[in-house]
Amino acid sequence: MNWLISLGANTLSRLSAIGNASLMLWGALFAVPRLKNIPLIIQQVYVVGVQSLLIIIVSGLFIGMVMALQGYTILVNYGAEGSLGPMVALSLLRELGPVVTALLFAGRAGSALTAEIGLMKATEQLSSLEMMAVDPLRRIIAPRFWAGVISMPMLALIFSAVGILGGHLVGVDWLGVDSGSYWSIMQSTVDWDKDVMNGVIKSIVFALVVVWIALYKGYDAIPTSEGISKATTETVVFSSLAILGIDFVLTALMFGIN
Amino acid sequence: MSDILVDINEMHFQRGDRVIYDNISLQVKKGGITAVMGPSGIGKTTLLKVIGGQLYPDSGEVLFQGENIHQMSRKRLYDVRRKMSMLFQSGALFTNISVFDNVAFPLREHTKLAESVIETIVLLKLEAVGLRGAANLMPNELSGGMARRAALARAIALDPDMIMYDEPFAGQDPISMGVLVKLIKELNSALGLTSIVVTHDVKEVLTIADYAYIMADKRIIGAGTPEEIRNSSSELVQQFLQGNADGPVPFHFPAASMQETFMGTK
Repeated sequence: MNWLISLGANTLSRLSAIGNASLMLWGALFAVPRLKNIPLIIQQVYVVGVQSLLIIIVSGLFIGMVMALQGYTILVNYGAEGSLGPMVALSLLRELGPVVTALLFAGRAGSALTAEIGLMKATEQLSSLEMMAVDPLRRIIAPRFWAGVISMPMLALIFSAVGILGGHLVGVDWLGVDSGSYWSIMQSTVDWDKDVMNGVIKSIVFALVVVWIALYKGYDAIPTSEGISKATTETVVFSSLAILGIDFVLTALMFGIN
Repeated sequence: MSDILVDINEMHFQRGDRVIYDNISLQVKKGGITAVMGPSGIGKTTLLKVIGGQLYPDSGEVLFQGENIHQMSRKRLYDVRRKMSMLFQSGALFTNISVFDNVAFPLREHTKLAESVIETIVLLKLEAVGLRGAANLMPNELSGGMARRAALARAIALDPDMIMYDEPFAGQDPISMGVLVKLIKELNSALGLTSIVVTHDVKEVLTIADYAYIMADKRIIGAGTPEEIRNSSSELVQQFLQGNADGPVPFHFPAASMQETFMGTK
């Protein structure tokens, strides 16, 4: 009987958390947008997007290089090393670009957002905004949300582009795959709508989920040191799981049937 | 118009099962300094948040200028909040912008003044709290007392009708405390403000308050002018004023008897 009670209590508290998170999102997104907020969004794009560039570029480069190396050792057995280009490009654009970018983004920017907002709550900055008749959802949450949604697809594309160059570096410059076939087979195989745009759609969906989780965890954090530490951890764990789960569903929908 | 700015009637507030306020009533006179004193941890900050409309009481009403704060639309509440200001215990300055920008923040949010006018206002407000020279410092470069004064400059930036001070003297050295006492008194008369000071620093606040309430055990246990409070015959009030460790406000947090806890018997 006890487990039934705790199951019910758990379910109810999860449901109310989802409800609260939705209310927060609603309040942040559907408040009347103001021109004043655009500089705030640009500033946040710098913080969450531009400042994440280094880790994205370095990771993209290495992932592209490793894939070319691994792909080459297999493809060369079948004399198919000419297909290295599309292999690297398709894996990056369809999967690794959006997914790894989202995972890195959750670790680099998501955790920072949670900690920042949790600390603003702990130091009463959110309360003081409210007392100054400034809505923190509109002033603090909304610009960060939009900045994340704008930044992540761009970061994912940069990740893929750098990865393809990294593949070229290893495959062509080091292992001696023909440069012409690396590029031309890639060009004829990669489809704009099916591969590039689906990857962008994926990363927009990941951005929505990661930023939403990060902001809600910060906004809802218990304003103590343990509370913020727990919230930051949860942001990274929940976002990563959500990214991988949603990726499977999206892949099934986009590439599964046909 | 009546001279009562904030009128709390039979307000009951609880968090979970824990009752914070058991039907308290309290009035704040316009133009005066009203002190609310009480031991730590009885929810004095909560009282200010209830008046500011951030928390909702379970029953009873809180009137600001005759209007019930907790029945206002969100828009009306935000309009009313421009007339009140709150000085948080930590100061709550925005740590990512300078002192100048902190004070300018409410002006930039709520007015369409030109930047040159804003600059003049901000410097005047900082001058009033003696921090004009610190305009370009970041909040983390300020001492605790200076941070609170900078926050005070921000609180008066929009010329509110009322300021609520949350423990303004807590953790201050004697000099900053003296400065803050003087500032609260002077700003109140110079700007025609109404002040509510929530504190447990009895001596300091009684020198400037026009009227004081003492809270303990979810209720108001004493009220009156500082003179009346000092001469109160209530044991509770005297315990609080003199800082006795035990008395009507018990030293021990409520618990089962020692015998029950350690021996398992009743």
